[in-house]
Amino acid sequence: MSEDRAEMSEDGGESSSPSSATKPRGCDVSGGGDYLSPSADQVLDNVLDNVLLFLTSRRDRNAASLVSKSWWRAEALTREELFIGNCYAVSPRRVTERFRRVRAVTLKGKPRFADFNLMPPNWGAHFAPWVAAMGHRYRALEKLCLKRMRVKDEDLELLARSFPCFKELVLVCCDGFGTSGLAMVASKCRQLRVLDLTEDDVIDDEVDWISCFPEGETSLESLIFDCVDCLIDFEALEQLVTRSPSLKKLRLNRYVNIGQLYRLMIQAPQLTHLGTGSFSPSEIVAQGDQEPDYVSAFAACRSLVCLSGFREITSDYLPAIYPVCANLTSLNFSYANISAEQLIPVIRHCHKLQILWVLDSVCDEGLHAVAATCKDLRELRVFPVDAREDGEAPVSDVGLLAISEGCSKLQSILYFCQRMTNAAVIAMSKNCPDIVVFRLCIMGRHQPDHITDEPMDEGFGAIVKNCKKLTRLAVSGLLTDRAFSYIGQYGKLVRTLSVAFAGNSDMGLKYVLEGCPRLQKLEIRDSPFGDSALHSGLHHYYNMRFLWMSSCKLTRQGCKEIAQRLPRLVVEVINGSEEDEMEDDFFDVLYMYRSLEGPRADAPRFVTIL
Amino acid sequence: MEGCSKLLDLIPKDREWLLRRDKQRSHGCSEEKNLELRLGPPGGGGDEDIGSGEREDSMLSLGYFSNNNTCGAKRGFKDTVGLPAMAKESSQPCCNKVVDPSEKKKAFSPASADTAVLNSSQKKTAPASVVGWPPIRSFRKNLASSSSFKQALESQNAVPSKVSGEKPVESCQKGFFVKINMDGVPIGRKVDLAAYDSYEKLSIAVDELFRDLLAAQRDTSAGVIQNKQKGERAITGLLDGNGEYTLVYEDNEGDRVLVGDVPWHMFVSTVKRLRVLKSSELHSLCLESKQEKIPLHADYK
Repeated sequence: MSEDRAEMSEDGGESSSPSSATKPRGCDVSGGGDYLSPSADQVLDNVLDNVLLFLTSRRDRNAASLVSKSWWRAEALTREELFIGNCYAVSPRRVTERFRRVRAVTLKGKPRFADFNLMPPNWGAHFAPWVAAMGHRYRALEKLCLKRMRVKDEDLELLARSFPCFKELVLVCCDGFGTSGLAMVASKCRQLRVLDLTEDDVIDDEVDWISCFPEGETSLESLIFDCVDCLIDFEALEQLVTRSPSLKKLRLNRYVNIGQLYRLMIQAPQLTHLGTGSFSPSEIVAQGDQEPDYVSAFAACRSLVCLSGFREITSDYLPAIYPVCANLTSLNFSYANISAEQLIPVIRHCHKLQILWVLDSVCDEGLHAVAATCKDLRELRVFPVDAREDGEAPVSDVGLLAISEGCSKLQSILYFCQRMTNAAVIAMSKNCPDIVVFRLCIMGRHQPDHITDEPMDEGFGAIVKNCKKLTRLAVSGLLTDRAFSYIGQYGKLVRTLSVAFAGNSDMGLKYVLEGCPRLQKLEIRDSPFGDSALHSGLHHYYNMRFLWMSSCKLTRQGCKEIAQRLPRLVVEVINGSEEDEMEDDFFDVLYMYRSLEGPRADAPRFVTIL
Repeated sequence: MEGCSKLLDLIPKDREWLLRRDKQRSHGCSEEKNLELRLGPPGGGGDEDIGSGEREDSMLSLGYFSNNNTCGAKRGFKDTVGLPAMAKESSQPCCNKVVDPSEKKKAFSPASADTAVLNSSQKKTAPASVVGWPPIRSFRKNLASSSSFKQALESQNAVPSKVSGEKPVESCQKGFFVKINMDGVPIGRKVDLAAYDSYEKLSIAVDELFRDLLAAQRDTSAGVIQNKQKGERAITGLLDGNGEYTLVYEDNEGDRVLVGDVPWHMFVSTVKRLRVLKSSELHSLCLESKQEKIPLHADYK
């Protein structure tokens, strides 16, 4: 017996073939006709399967799969949720062969800096081969989440046809599809509960996709289409909302005016998340015109906790939301160009607010008001109205300091400004020890502390030193290598780092690559790091999801050496514009990532894989 | 990436040519070997834009050019760690090419100096923007400008706000959006009048804006994919009363006026919104205002 056990723990289950998934457990497959009591092998397999079902964290599962072959197999057969952080790290075929019973897939494609036009749009990240492979193997697929993938209408059509149990589609920052594709999903996915479109670039082929949802009651729980910049048939939408009793999340696009919003709200007072569309009337309303009672419509939505939209806000209507402010945990005003005076009466009521997105039009004064009321704030994002380098400076270190003093539970901040001081950043590092995500964008390149004229090294240094839970950092302003030495020294948990126009020399990058063991995603642009710095990361690149470096001081030869030393790394050098071949040594972007598959076959002409 | 071979090309480009940098600038760089070319606007012109970090001095102490400075006394240098005045370089006319010390010869050739001087004497133009900076996705950029302008239009009596986008002067650069509605089409659009300079062009634009919508309204069956070739007719005759529709506008006094009656620039300065009305219903609506607004320059179009 003990021998058996020893064997089993190493190599147990060798006799089983992949088709064992379908064999009844507990039967002795190699025995004769009679049923024998289950061997130790099978007992363990049984137990393992049942235990592994409870293991949901993918890190735990990855660890479990490394224990032994039988564990690997059991884990592969019981994993229901797949997370693929880089669609080129592994092929659809490999994935579908290993994991057989997948119900939910998350797939990510393009690197984030591609959002800012730093490389041509047709770089890759095609969903097509994935949907084809999954269409064969994952008939029970229910959920799909794609981020930065190129998704075509045909892909959506195939999706709609292939997965009879399909329930949730979430597309974030994707492109390549249009309203035709949405119409397919709407009409064919009969069990659809969630259709979330966030920050996608949707082609308007003028198909009335809202009307394509089937008649009768739907199971819709979430319908988010604020980014779909196409006209919709409002009557169809209203009907849809009326026959979707489970609808909890509804985010409208800017073509829905406030009068129409009213009509929807009175149909769906059970909403928890509402995106308000344009939040202005379709026509200029004269004095004394009869207007719906917006206030009571909001008051009727007792479960509302998340408000967004306000795409073309006419601030006269802002008071309508007062009834829900006290319950709000999330408020997105990032499309609402409102002043401090307009924000204050609203924010004064938002005691429970945890997430706030605003435009810098609210100024430092508005941020003071936020700090005074929103003691529970976890996430703040301040976007610029005027995204230019030398624009106005309505928010500054003053606002940041105020937030740090009022919102001690802050975990995540994204802050665009024109002026900043080390003192304010240092204060935040001390007042907000729970910070996990710190992204500060001083929009003028190489801007020092505007009071002391020092580089911003000390500020960011304090962040990595004092915020012990920090995992994501984006730096800006004038930074020397010293800032990077701080990051390397203290940023032991940092997983994502974004650098732009910073550093003096190769040392900067070396500090980071040598000092940050958890670094997974590194994106750098326009910084003076060269081949020698790139080499200093050889020990670490297999642990990373990707490295992006654009407009730095790399040579093609330097990159090639990396490719030669690390065969499992795909090293892409990319031209910034879609011209044909690359001339001599020149390239704009280095994008490299680990992969089990080697060079991808779908690279366009402006990409060279070394 | 090596940009040294392109040093002499001082025409502003999107990318920066960065250089290995020195140590802290604040510790007197007299022993530094790196010589760097800094460019700034002539006189003190751009200095206000440089924020509070402006430097006038130490660059010259480093440099080759300290005595050859012909560009004016006050320069908006940033005395940074070997960096050129990049913080505000976007507001400066010349591109800031920083010289790699290993390419000293090229850098300090008379040709480059001359070109540098030449560039710095250019007028300050719109900021030379760098691709993808600041890192804001494009849909946020577009929306911000149009929504701010809408606010400016509609809350003219409101308490003066600190909203930064609300500047009529700047609106010319950002676009002048007015709402436009069409009879029979429930959802209005916006048209950017700054993009046109004549009534003809506006009329064409209106046709393009609404042609598809109008066709979609006519064909109301759900889910039908619109074929652009079918079911559309151009919307013509907007200005001369001959078409099925006529273009009118509402001016700053609230009156409805036929589009085309006044000179273009006058129209743009008084128009508040546009409407595309059915010509058949025009007579019952607009006659009065039309008579009041008999133009002095009826032949202006």
